[in-house]
Parts: sequence; structure tokens; C-alpha cells
Amino acid sequence: MSQDNSNLTVQDKVVASLTRRRRQEKLFRTLGLGSVMVSLALVAILFINIFSKGIPAFWQTSMTVEVYFDPDVIRISEKPEQQPNETFEDFDERLLEWETQLGFVNFNRILSDSITPLLSDFERSQTRYVTQLVTSGERHALRDMVMEDPSIVGETRSLTLLTSADVDVWLKGNIDRSLPDEQLQLTSVVREWADELHANGHIQNRFSTALFMNPDSRSSLASAGLAGAFVGSFYMLLIVIFLAIPMGVAAAIYLEEFAPKNKLTDIIEVNINNLAAVPSIIFGLLGAAVFINWFKLPMSAPVVGGLVLSLMTLPTVIIATRATLRAIPPSIRAAALGLGASKTQTVFHHVLPLAIPGILTGSILGVAQALGETAPLLLIGMKSFVASIPQSPMDQATALPVQIYLWQGNELRNFFEARTSAAIIVLLMLMISLNSLAIWLRRKLEVRW
Amino acid sequence: MSNLTVIAVLLILMGLAYQLGTTKSSKQASRAARDKTTPPMHSRPHHHGALVAFWTVAPALLLVLLWSWFSPWMINQMLISQLPEPMASFSGSELDAILRRVHNVAGNFVAAGVLADWEMQAAQYYQEMRALSQAIMVAAVSAAAAAGLFLSYRRVNPQLRARNAMERVIKGVLIASSTVAILTTIGIVLSMVGETLRFFQFVSPMDFFFGTTWNPRFSTVGGGDQGEFGLLPLLVGTLLVASVALLVAIPLGLLTAIYLAEYAPSRLRSIAKPVIEILAGIPTIVYGFFALVTVGPFLASLGASVGLDIRATSALTAGVVMGIMIIPFISSLSDDILTQVPKALRDGSLGLGATKSETIRKVVLPAALPGISGAVLLAASRAVGETMIVVLAAGNSPVLTANPFEAVSTMTVTIVNQLTGDNDFSSPQSLVAFALGLTLFAITLVLNIIALLIVRKFREQYD
Amino acid sequence: MQNSQSAPDIASQQTAIRARNVEVFYGDTQAIKGIDLDVRNNEVLSFIGPSGCGKSTFLRCLNRMNDTIDSCRVTGSIELDGQDIYHSSVDEVLLRAKVGMVFQKPNPFPKSIYDNIAYGPKLHGLVERKPELDEIVESSLRRAGLWEEVKDRLTEPGTGLSGGQQQRLCIARTIAVSPEVILMDEPCSALDPIATGIIEELIHDLKEKFTIVIVTHNMQQAARVSDRTAFFHLGEVVEVSETDDLFTNPKHKRTEDYITGRYG
Repeated sequence: MSQDNSNLTVQDKVVASLTRRRRQEKLFRTLGLGSVMVSLALVAILFINIFSKGIPAFWQTSMTVEVYFDPDVIRISEKPEQQPNETFEDFDERLLEWETQLGFVNFNRILSDSITPLLSDFERSQTRYVTQLVTSGERHALRDMVMEDPSIVGETRSLTLLTSADVDVWLKGNIDRSLPDEQLQLTSVVREWADELHANGHIQNRFSTALFMNPDSRSSLASAGLAGAFVGSFYMLLIVIFLAIPMGVAAAIYLEEFAPKNKLTDIIEVNINNLAAVPSIIFGLLGAAVFINWFKLPMSAPVVGGLVLSLMTLPTVIIATRATLRAIPPSIRAAALGLGASKTQTVFHHVLPLAIPGILTGSILGVAQALGETAPLLLIGMKSFVASIPQSPMDQATALPVQIYLWQGNELRNFFEARTSAAIIVLLMLMISLNSLAIWLRRKLEVRW
Repeated sequence: MSNLTVIAVLLILMGLAYQLGTTKSSKQASRAARDKTTPPMHSRPHHHGALVAFWTVAPALLLVLLWSWFSPWMINQMLISQLPEPMASFSGSELDAILRRVHNVAGNFVAAGVLADWEMQAAQYYQEMRALSQAIMVAAVSAAAAAGLFLSYRRVNPQLRARNAMERVIKGVLIASSTVAILTTIGIVLSMVGETLRFFQFVSPMDFFFGTTWNPRFSTVGGGDQGEFGLLPLLVGTLLVASVALLVAIPLGLLTAIYLAEYAPSRLRSIAKPVIEILAGIPTIVYGFFALVTVGPFLASLGASVGLDIRATSALTAGVVMGIMIIPFISSLSDDILTQVPKALRDGSLGLGATKSETIRKVVLPAALPGISGAVLLAASRAVGETMIVVLAAGNSPVLTANPFEAVSTMTVTIVNQLTGDNDFSSPQSLVAFALGLTLFAITLVLNIIALLIVRKFREQYD
Repeated sequence: MQNSQSAPDIASQQTAIRARNVEVFYGDTQAIKGIDLDVRNNEVLSFIGPSGCGKSTFLRCLNRMNDTIDSCRVTGSIELDGQDIYHSSVDEVLLRAKVGMVFQKPNPFPKSIYDNIAYGPKLHGLVERKPELDEIVESSLRRAGLWEEVKDRLTEPGTGLSGGQQQRLCIARTIAVSPEVILMDEPCSALDPIATGIIEELIHDLKEKFTIVIVTHNMQQAARVSDRTAFFHLGEVVEVSETDDLFTNPKHKRTEDYITGRYG
């Protein structure tokens, strides 16, 4: 077999294989590109889906009404003032009495009396349906107005009242209008009124401040808002920021700069990496067993949630900080030590300042992760309904993701699917801002070695 | 005086102590500089100041913490001993209820029902004891702070190695912080093992681990009706959902990683990589909602159009969405690993006339295989422990089935269902959550550790 | 530009590779400035020169390995058997089967010794049956002088061999595809002197069958193994001539300075 001959056959054989191999190459490449496109498309579908559902829910139908605070209906005595010779307790008792009196006032009547003039086709027998137009929470709003300023009685105020959730669903077309009567939540007369008021501009779609300003509500669904969840999440993040970040950074400094390299630190290292991958629900179990059952901390309180989330975030902060510290060249430490600085001085005066951008980035990502966490919070009792804004971290509260969980389970699907999506948009926006902040900080402060 | 006030006062005191210590040692330092016979200061004045501040505040603060931890317990014990019979011999949840009622009365909160005389007395006693305890604490803390300040201030002298002492303190704080991570693991294991052992007093481990029926019933007071606690349906459901997820995520994630690492022009890579990583940052509740509202109905109608009976909430729905969630875990870890495979190997293959895809399939992937399997194991552990997607979209039906089109339940879902929050931790119905948690922890621990070791070994090989 | 490239020489020897006015750019920086060079059949041609002079870059042009670097751009013409290898109709896969390459650091695949050698023949479909493949593996390993050392452990990973053995494995892997030209990019720079000696002997033996172009920063090595030597400096070929001539009687000042150690 001479060389020329064998070379010729080699070349022929290679050429013969080329078509097949080129086809394979193309197929493989297309598969890869296809996967990238599918993954990108999935991101797009997810976002488009959530946004198209949720964005309309940032606007809610509300009705502008001239409300007459009829003194014949609001029969209350004068609001008590504290007398100079009266103890505080006595005054408090009188005030409570007056407020109870106010609580018995039929504000539904005020509402229906104010709305009926707007309706072209109204019979007295339909009075009880009129209040279905407006969400029930507005009754309390009227009462609060009177409580605040009793002189309003006898006057007429132009007010914008949220319509009930059912009316909102009906007017936005979130329900099939051709459904038979018994499957629609609203009676036919209310539907007609709603359409009429909407047509003549008394009911309009307005940006919903209720979504941001109100706490959750079960009786008045249209006024259910995220304020309570915001505050709950805020308390928890504060705890995470003040607990997990300093502890995580301190732990990372010790492990990276001081700890001897031995079996024990090796175990700590594996332990931290493992902790970062432990399912979040396990941290919830820890919280339930240790913080609630042992330490008797209150259920559903942001303080417990914050502690649980801190423990969960800790490994993330430690890992990010260690990576940053490791990237700082040893020459900087050598330079400081060479000038006679102690080990501690070297770390705190020279190494740590250089690590701050990386630590910040890692910490923000950890906080964002904590903000989106749901499962462990359910286990420490945060799935109960809370109708007020928590005043302190020890009060009952929900958190943003938990609120989303609660809302998606609401029976009034037509209304809450959109509202849940809106809440998700708010949560995603917060997370995106946190992540962008992290990216921006990294770009701005990053030092390359 | 509340604890917060005490702490605020201590902080002010800390500033003061720092000033005192710094001033004294600066004076000594300047004297030492003038007078050649005294030895020079070992440490700088601010080290002395910090040390004085530390000794003033740290013991006092420790005292505050210990006291506020112990005193409620002590007061409650004293309160119980004051209660009239039969209440004093109550225990468990009944005693807790009485104590809570007394606390509410003492705190001027509303307590339901009519208050008995003994309750009023107990509340008053409770209030007095609390005031007394507070007074004792303030006295003790003041004493500790004063003593600390006095003793440490007296010790300020040129020979004192204040800097080294301060550095030991700092190092102590650092060490304490790094033990928190370990304590967390120990806490997880101990608390879950404890509760699981209590659970096994109700249900034998054999029935739990090998039982094929999950039907816990509701917890009833006295616990006459036991229910069945078979793990297998939940375990199979968990594995079913996780398998679907991996079937979706492995091909997509791996091919994406390969394309981005080997083929993509740098512009596409710089856009696609962060966009896909967004998927990892989206909260799982969002995926759950997406699965429930969009993917489930879509899969069901897709199934109907080809004659398959697919439930809207099923192992398939949850698995597919979970797969989307873990795509970035697989793709970015694999991407890292692929880029760590040395260029020399690729050159060697290309230099022999291999096409790019041949090089990737026959040289790069085999070389990266250990690392990639580590990534897959980590993703699997993530899938097994995922909660919110399955809570919303798996259908919550604990039956033993291998059909992904059916509704299933998983271990995580059941933990959430059983530990509703208002249960006391004495019925098997809520204790089982810890047995499930421990099982879940063990499974993920094994997966994580194997994965971490594999990946670490892979990194060392090519470092 | 080269007057050393005397006409009768070319006529008498068949040219394997003919490079004309080759320029290489990395982004905006020019690494190779208009090189003309001929490689003759069955010779060992070595490239010497200070580091960064472009000798490796030029070598990698000869089988288009520079294609794998995104920012790299090549102009001019390089002909193999009379065909321009940068012409769009040329398949780089086929080219690299004809022009094999051995790299600076031994880079055996993380596979068995056998699979390392069999990799190329299998890819290119050179064999249909196992016995044929066995034969190629054995003959390649024999030619690379490795057979006796590894014949009993063909299934063990190639990465377990010593550095010199790994490099010979890589050479065997290259010759298994029966290329016409073998490019060697500083093949001994990561090896100890003994292993280097073995590889140099091997290069001498391989000359019978293959044309070899070798980049080296070691002038003694160039003197020992090559028939002709090209001196590269600042992206240009300063001088090409018979190795003995170049070292004993350099025509250019720059060449003389380099071989006498003024810079390097």
C-alpha cells in the first residue's frame, strides 16, 4: 500500500462522509438554536401571559356619585368632646358609645338614595339591589368620613366609589355575557343599571389606588389591596437585611480569611453549600418547630418570617461574599501585612472595602430571593387572612407572595385572576428593580483584577 | 422601661465608654512620648477606647438577652403555682389557653367571656411580677455596665495589648457568625428528628415508609380516629413530577447551554443568557399561578384534541412548569462547565478534521459529563423540594399512580396541607409534616452532596 | 521579498504548500505581514523566532485552525496541492484531515488510548470493520514509537500516560488519519529533555512519509530536526534557507542577532 494510493483513498473516504457529517452538523446546530429560542419564548410567554391578564386590573371601575349625608338617616348625637373635668377613661367610654351609635346607621340607605336618581328605570321594589353596584367597603368609608367630621351630615359631597367586584367583572367583559341568568352573579336589573351608568359616564374605569393603599379584604372584594402584604414583606426584608447580611458577611470573612484549612472548615463549606440547596419548605418546618413551638413567638408574624428567611438567605450571602473575597488578589493582603498591619486590620481596612461591590450585589440578590419566597411562610401560619396593616413585626401579617397565593384561591375567579396577576406584576417589578440595582451596582463598582 | 430603652441607654453608654478609654490612653500616650522612661504605648488610643466600650456593653447586653429569654418562663412558672386548683394541675394546650387569657387581661386586651375572680387576681399577680422582673433587670444591667466600665477603665495602661484583645473579640464575633450556618443545619435535623420520633409513637415507621395509602383524616381531640399515613403515594407523586420536570429541563437546558457556549455569536449570548436566567429569579408562586391558570387548561385541551384525558391540574402540568423553572439551573451550570473544558481538547479534535458538532458530542460532552451530571442532580434536588408549583398545579390527590396525566400529591404539598398553622404539635396529623420533611431533607441532602462532590472534583480536574 | 528562495530549488522539489502574501489580523492588529513561503514535500521545515513573532499564528493558518478564533481574519493565498485552502469551496474538515496538527501541550482526549487513536478514522469513515481499525491503531502507535509501551493497556485512559507518551499519543492520533502534512506547534515545550529527544527522533522517522512543519523556540532543536528553517520576526519571514546555512551563514543582520542571542 503505497502512500499516494492510501492518501487518495483517505481523501475519497473523507469526501464521501462529508455530506452526512455536514447534515448532522446543521441538525445539531438547529437543535441548539431551537432550544435557545424555546427557552426565550417561554420567558416571553410567561411575561406576556401575566401582563396581559394583570395590567387591566390596575384599573378598576368606580362610580362618581353626589352623596347626600341625610340627617334623617344619620341620626346621631353630637360627637363627644373631652370635658375639662372628665377623666380620659370616661371620655373614652362616651366616645365608644357614640361610635357604636354611628355603627348602627344604615349607610346602605344613604348610598342607594344617592344612586337611584342616576337610574332611569327604577322601581321602589328594587331598592335592595342598588347597593350591589357599590362594593360593601364603601359603607365603612362613609361611616369613617362621618366619624372624622360629623359636620358633614346634612351636606352633599361628590364621591368616587369603587363598584363591586361583580360589576367590575361584568363591565370589563371578564365574564361571558351570554351566560344564562342563573350562572351570572349579578341579577339582571343590576347588570342593566351598570351598563347604563357606564354608558352615561357615571361609572368609569379609573386607576386603582385601592390595590396599593388597602389591606386585604374578604367582605368587600373590590377594595382588597396589597398594603398589608407590602408592610409585611417590608418588615421581613428589614430583618433579613439587618440579620442575614451582617452575619453572612462576617461568616464569609472568617471562613475565607481566618479559618485554618482543615477538616472542620471543609465540613462547614460543604454544609453551607448544601444549606443553599435545601428546599425552602424545610426552613419553614424549622421555623414552625423552633421559633413558634419552642420560643413561642407569635404565629403569622413578620418577625418569625424574617428570621426564617434570614436563615434561608444566609448561605447565599456567605457564598457570594466568599467568591468576592477570593477574587481579591493576595498581593493586596501581602502589601498591607508587609507594612505591619495586623491580620484583622488588613482584612477590615484593605480587603473588605474592595469586596463591597460584590457583597452588595450578592446581598441584593439574596434579598430578592427572600422577597419572592412563599412556601416557608405558609408553614409559620402566614396563610391566614389578615385584614389590617400590621403595625409592628409582632403583628399578624401576610407577605406579597403569600397574598398572591391567597388571592389565586379566591372563589370569585373572574375578578381575582386579574387581581392576582396584577399582584404578580407588582412583585415581579419589585424583584426586577432589585436585580437591576444589583446589575447596575456591579457594572458601576466592579473592579477587575 | 422596655428592653428597647435599655438597649438604647446601653448604646449611649458605649459611646461614652469609648470616649473615656480613648482620652485616658491618649493622655498616657503623650506622657509616654514626653517622658522617655515610661515604655511606649502598645496599642493606639482608639483600640483602648473600643475595648473599654466592649467591656461596658457586652456583658450588660448579654444579661438583657438572657433575662428577656428566661424571665417570661420564670414568671409563668410562678404564675402557675399561684393558680387555684384545678387549673394549676392542667397541662398542655389547656394551660396555654389559661395563660394566654391571663396575659391578655394583664395587657388590657379584650378577653372573651366573663372574667372570673381568680383570673383577675392572676392577672394582677402577673403584672406585679413583670414589673418586679423589669426592675431587677434594670438594676442588674446597670450594675454590670458600671462594673465593666470601672474595671476596664482601670486597666487602661501602656502595656495593655488592647489591639490584640479587640481583635480577639472581632474574631470571636466572626466565628460566632460562621457557626450560625452549622447551627441552622443542626436545628433543622434536631427539630425534625424530635418531631418525627414523636410521630412514630403514633404510627410505626414501617406503616409510614411502606404504606401505600395516604388518608390522614382530620386531627380530632383525643385522637381516636387515626387515619393512614403511607408515604409511598406521596413519594411516587414527587418523583413523577420531578421526572417530568427533568425530562423537560435536561434537553432544553443542555442544548441551550451547548448552543450558547459553543455556537452563539457573542451578541446573542450576551442577551439570551441573562434573559433565560430571569427564569431562575421568578418566584415559584408565579410559576404555580401560570401553571394553574394557563398551562394546565392548555395541556388539557391539547390532550382532548388528540383524544388523551389530561387533567388540568396533574403531574404533567406541574412537571412541565417546574421544568421551565429549572431550565436555567441546568443551562447556566452546564454552560460554566462546558467553558471549563480546556480549549486544547477542542483544538485537538478540530485539528483532526472533526466538525464542530462531532467535537462537542464526542469530546467536549464526555469530558464535561461529570460536571453536567452534578448540575442535573442539583436540578433534581430542586425539583423534589419545590413546593408552590405543585401546591397549585399538581391536583393534590394522594393516590398511588404512575400516570402523569392524573392528579397527584407530593411530599411538599402534604407538608403544607398538614401543617396548617393552627394545629398544635401533638396530633399525628401535624407531626407527620416533620416526618415528611425529614425524608425530603434526607433525599435532597444525598442529591446535593453527591452533586457538590462531583462538581468540585470536576473543577479540580481542570483547574 | 525573499531572494534566498532560489528558483532552481523549487523546480527540483515538489511544493506541498505555497503561501503568497499572507496577512493575518486579530481585530485591528496585524499579526502577519505579507508572508510568502513554500513548504516542500517530505521535508521538515522549522519556524524559529522570538515569541510573539507570528510563527504559531502562521502555522495555524495552514490548516485553518485560526477559523476557531472569532476576531481573526486571513488574506492572501495559501495553496495545498495547487488549491487555495481559503477558497469558499474548500471544506475545512477535509483540509484538516490532510493537514494534521500537534499542539504545544499534549492534549489527549479523556478516552482510552485505543479510542484516542480510533477517533479520527471513525469520524472520517476510513474503516468499516473492527479489524481494520485495530490495524490502523496498531500501525499508528508503532509509527509513533508508542506501541511497545502501551500495547497491554490500550483500554486505559490516555490522560494517564506521561507527558512525553501523551505527546506521542497525539502524534499517533494525527497520523492515524494519514495526513499529507503534519503541523507541530512547539510540540516539546512542555516536555523534559529525554522525552524531547524521543520526539525529535520520531520527527526524523516520520519525514519519510509526511511533510512536517514545526514551530520551535529552541534553536538547537531546529538545527537538529529540520531540513530547512524559516526565521520569523515581527510578523514577517526574514529568512528561509537550508538549516545549516541559516545557522552558520545568516544572510540578514536580524537573523544573525537572533541566533547569536542578542535578543529572543
